[in-house]
Amino acid sequence: MGQTVFEPWNDPEARPLIQFRNVTKRFGDFTAIDNQSFNIYEREFFALLGPSGCGKTTMMRMLAGFEKPTEGTILLGGKDIAPIPPNKRAVNMMFQSYALFPHLSVWDNIAFGLRRDGRRRDEIAARVEEMLKLTRLTQFARRKPHQISGGQRQRVALARSLAKAPRLLLLDEPLGALDAKLRTATQFELMDIQEKTGTTFVIVTHDQEEAMTVASRVAVMDTGRVIQADTPARIYETPNSVYVADFIGEVTILSGTARKSGAGYEIHYAEGVPPLYAEDEARFDNGETCHIALRPEKVAISAERPEDRRNAVEGTIIDIAYLGNLSTYHVKLATGQMIKAQTANTRRLALRGFTWEDKVWLSWTDTAAVLLKE
Amino acid sequence: MGRFFLIALPFAWLLALFLVPFLIVLKISLSDIALAIPPYTPTLDLTEGWAGIRAFLSQLDFENFTFLTQDDLYWKAYLSSLQIALIATVLTLLVGYPIAYGMANAPDHWRPTLMMLVILPFWTSFLIRVYSWMGILSTEGYLNQLLLWLGVISTPLTVLNTPTAVYIGIVYTYLPFMILPIYSALERMDASLLEAAEDLGCSRLTAFWLVTVPLSKNGIIAGCFLVFIPVIGEFVIPSLLGGSRTLMIGKVLWEEFFNNRDWPVASAVAVILLLILIVPIVLFQINQQKQREAEE
Repeated sequence: MGQTVFEPWNDPEARPLIQFRNVTKRFGDFTAIDNQSFNIYEREFFALLGPSGCGKTTMMRMLAGFEKPTEGTILLGGKDIAPIPPNKRAVNMMFQSYALFPHLSVWDNIAFGLRRDGRRRDEIAARVEEMLKLTRLTQFARRKPHQISGGQRQRVALARSLAKAPRLLLLDEPLGALDAKLRTATQFELMDIQEKTGTTFVIVTHDQEEAMTVASRVAVMDTGRVIQADTPARIYETPNSVYVADFIGEVTILSGTARKSGAGYEIHYAEGVPPLYAEDEARFDNGETCHIALRPEKVAISAERPEDRRNAVEGTIIDIAYLGNLSTYHVKLATGQMIKAQTANTRRLALRGFTWEDKVWLSWTDTAAVLLKE
Repeated sequence: MGRFFLIALPFAWLLALFLVPFLIVLKISLSDIALAIPPYTPTLDLTEGWAGIRAFLSQLDFENFTFLTQDDLYWKAYLSSLQIALIATVLTLLVGYPIAYGMANAPDHWRPTLMMLVILPFWTSFLIRVYSWMGILSTEGYLNQLLLWLGVISTPLTVLNTPTAVYIGIVYTYLPFMILPIYSALERMDASLLEAAEDLGCSRLTAFWLVTVPLSKNGIIAGCFLVFIPVIGEFVIPSLLGGSRTLMIGKVLWEEFFNNRDWPVASAVAVILLLILIVPIVLFQINQQKQREAEE
C-alpha cells in the first residue's frame, strides 16, 4: 500500500486554513475579483493560474495584506485577517522581482525577518544556517545579491520568506525570471521544500505546465473569477468549461448539437456527415448546444479507416509540429474543422508514414472526448 | 592619430585653463608683495636666459605661508569656514531629504513639474536671489513685517548680518545640489523592497530606516559633498548676509586681494584652501566610483 492520499478538500471534517467568503475587490470601476468563495487547506500547494490581468496577483496581495477586500471576508485559521497589517500576519511572500535588499548580504537578507521579531542572536543564527542548508546556499552566505546568479537569488528569496516559518507562503511568479531548464529543476526543488517544511504554499503563475507540476490543486482564473479549482489531473481530464479545456494543454474544440443515443450522446457538428459519439457525465437536452473537447494524444491517426471505432473522420494533414518526442498533426476535415492528433515518435524519422497533404483517418474511443456546455 | 587628438583636446583644455592658472597662483604665493604692476616680485625675465631663471627661482620663498600661521586670523577663518560648511550641510540635508523623498513618492505625472520647481531658481541670477534675501531678512524686511502683522513678535528680529542669515542663504542656494542626487537614488529604488520589509515584520518607520535610508546612502553622501565643498570657499553669501562678524575664508581671501592688494598672501590663502578641499574632493570621487561599481 502507498501513502494515504492527500485530499483534504474531499474530507468534510477538514478545517480549511484559508477561506475566501464572497470576496470582491474593486479598483475604482474595475472589478479585479468578483464575489469569490473557495478554501485552501493546510499543507496544500495551491496554484492560482490564469492570464495576466485575471486577478490572481490581487488575490495574493489580499492574502499578504497589501490590499483589502472591498466586500467579503478572508479567514486565516478561522480568523478574519482584514484588520491585521502585513507586518503582523503569519504570512510571508516571495516576490516576483525577489525584492532582495541589495545592501545586505545573503545571510542578513535571510535574518532580516527574524531580527524584526526580536529573537535571540544564537536562535537567529541557527535558523539562518538551517535555511541556507535547505536552499543549498551555505557557501554564498557572505555574498551580496548582485554577486550571485539568478537561480541563487531565487533561492535566497525563498529562504528569506521561509525563515519565519509562516503558516502560509505566497509565491508570486517565483520562477518567471529563470530559464527553462533551471525552471524545471527548481519546480521539483520547490515541491521538495514544501514537503519538508510542511508549509502551505500558494503560488501565482501564468505557466500552466508549472502549475500542473507543482500544485496539489490548481485554480484556473479568468476576469476575476475562479473558473475551476481542482487537482491537475481533473483539470486536464475533466475541465468544466471550454475556457479551462482550452487554457490547459492542447485541445481541439468541436461545437454542435447533442442528441441522446444509448449511454451517451450523438453530436451533430456539421451538415451531411455522420455524428460523433461520446459518453460523459454531462447531461444535455436534445438539440442543445454542446462542445466536444478532444485532447490530441487521445486521437489516433491511421492510413485506413479503423474498423473498431465509432468515431472516425477523414482529413488532410495541413501542419506537423515536430517536438522531438512527440509530433502534433493538424488535420483539416472536409467540413472545414481542424483537429489535432498527437503521436509519440517511437520510431526513427525516416520510418514514419505521414507527411504534409496526406489523406489520413483520425479516430478516438467513445469515452475520449469531454462534453462541455459552455 | 585621430584618437590621439580626441584625447589631447580635453587634456589641452585642462592644461591651459586649470593647471597653468594654478601654477601661476602657486608662483604668486611664493613671491613678495611689491608696489608695481603686477603687484609682486620677482617676475620671470626670459631674455636673460638660464641665469634669469636661476635668479627668479632663488627669490621665491615660503614667507607668505609662514605668515599665515603667525596671524591667527587665518586659521580661525579656515576653522570657522569648515564649521559653517559642516552645519550648513547638515541643515541642507535635513531640509533636502524630505523634499527629495516627497518628489520620489509623488505621482509620475507630477514629477517633471516638481523637478522644474527645484531647478527653476537656478535660471535667475544668483546675486539677485541673495540680494532679495537681504530684503526679506532685514529689520524692516518682509519676514519681520509678516511676524509683526501676525502678532508673533512685538519688536523686529535681527536676522540679517547674523550667522542665521548665512545659514538661511546657504541652505536656500545649495538645496538643489542636495535634492537631486538623493532624489535620483530614491527614484531608482524598487517599491517592492518596502513591501518585502513590511511583509517580514517591519513597520513603515523601521522599513524607512532599514531599507530606504541605506539605499539612498550614496545619494546622501554625494549631496553632502556637493554642498560642503563649495560652501567652504563661499564668499558672496557671508559677505552679503553675514555682515562683518561672520568669518569665512572666502571673505578673507577677497579682502586680502582687493582691500589689501596683497596678491602673494591672497594666493597663499587660496593654495591652502585648495589643499584643504582635496580631502573631501577625493572622498567624493571614491564615493562616486563605488556607486558606479555597485550599479554594474
